[in-house]
Amino acid sequence: MADQILQVEHLEKYYQKRHVLYDINFSVAKGEVVTLLGPSGSGKSTLIRCLNGLEPYQKGTITFEGQQVDPTEKNWQQIRQKIGMVFQSYDLFPNLTVIDNIMLGPTKVQKQSADATRAEAIQLLQRVGLEDYADAYPRMLSGGQKQRIAIVRALALHPDFMLFDEVTASLDPEMVRGVLNIIKDLAETDNMTMIVVTHEMNFAQEIADRVLFLENGKILEQTPSKQFFAKPQTDRAQEFLDSMDF
Amino acid sequence: MTSWGIIQQSLPMFEKGFVLTLWLSFIGIIGSILVGLICSLLQYFKVPIFHQIATVYVEISRNTPLLIQLFFLYYAFPVIGIKFSAQLCGIIGLIFLGGSYMAEGFTGGFNGVSKGQLESGKAIGLSRWQLARYVIFPQGFSLSVPAMAANVIFLIKETSIFTVIAIPELTNTALDLIGMYYRSNEYLFVLVVAYAIILIPLSVILTLLEKRVRYGSFGN
Repeated sequence: MADQILQVEHLEKYYQKRHVLYDINFSVAKGEVVTLLGPSGSGKSTLIRCLNGLEPYQKGTITFEGQQVDPTEKNWQQIRQKIGMVFQSYDLFPNLTVIDNIMLGPTKVQKQSADATRAEAIQLLQRVGLEDYADAYPRMLSGGQKQRIAIVRALALHPDFMLFDEVTASLDPEMVRGVLNIIKDLAETDNMTMIVVTHEMNFAQEIADRVLFLENGKILEQTPSKQFFAKPQTDRAQEFLDSMDF
Repeated sequence: MTSWGIIQQSLPMFEKGFVLTLWLSFIGIIGSILVGLICSLLQYFKVPIFHQIATVYVEISRNTPLLIQLFFLYYAFPVIGIKFSAQLCGIIGLIFLGGSYMAEGFTGGFNGVSKGQLESGKAIGLSRWQLARYVIFPQGFSLSVPAMAANVIFLIKETSIFTVIAIPELTNTALDLIGMYYRSNEYLFVLVVAYAIILIPLSVILTLLEKRVRYGSFGN
């Protein structure tokens, strides 16, 4: 258990009276890539958002790097520096240039020197092929470019763990591959631990070590990826896979 | 005397009124922006006690006419020993009124910053203050520019009410002249032209500013 980055135990979440997550239990080992699959409304996004404190949960515990999280906003603020999150809607800051978007966290939150941060930001931009856009504003970029910048912005904080919440869902088809390749490269080259919510089944199959299949707020199965895509344990998951065109 | 002659003769007096209207508006608008900013910040950060005070002030100010506010300042306050000159009453009244309008404009702007922006700010570990400083205020301020521009025009026009406490601004000048010489058509014409000279160019400039700010900051 020592190499476990994240453990979620008996997590329950309600929106007012509506029960949306039921007794969620799972853990993620260092370097592991877990994908959350399931139909829309199954609670995938809600779950992934609970994991960095963007959604409060009512019961259960989250243990991050061996320490049980005391879910106060102040605590989460510290923990979030170690958990990178990328959203479907990119949400770059439109009032800042690309480089300032990337440097904001490292310089203001982690108080690192501007020069070192800038050099690293440029390197990260080179890695995603966007070094020419350092001084551009987000509005000048395409969706795929914005999403790559959003990934860089998260990486600049040197997270131990990444959360990807349907990061290609609002991209044009030809933009999707570029973004997915970056995530794949992170998993393979950097051995980054990550949880990925996605509807791209081919991608999930390529990248995942393990699949968590959610429906109606419950984890129906946790299966190693190969096995899941070959023959899932539950009929419901089989139905889900059959309904996806891939 | 011809209408043209009447108008020409009145111009020096209108000029004084014009300058005074501009000056009072200027002070009033700057003051309103400051008061509005302070109130919206108190409300945004929910500063205990002060944010309730700000809310009460905004509601009173927005829901009472400037005319009555001026009467209070000019006629009622001296009764309890607080006496200001007419012009100071005008400025205080305008700031009292404008402050709440500006506050509502800024608050609307801050609230208009999308949830996604707040979440992506939190996700990179920004504290509440940092989130406000780097994300919410710059974007919220741009979002509130249209409201601010509308308030600027509104406040300038509201200065015409100063005439009731005999501040010799534009409207008061015109009404005075009409009272003395009974040439209402001519003086009212000059009055309208004078306001148009102030407001139309300003309105054009503010529209340009709105566009600039909009394209300057948005399109995520």
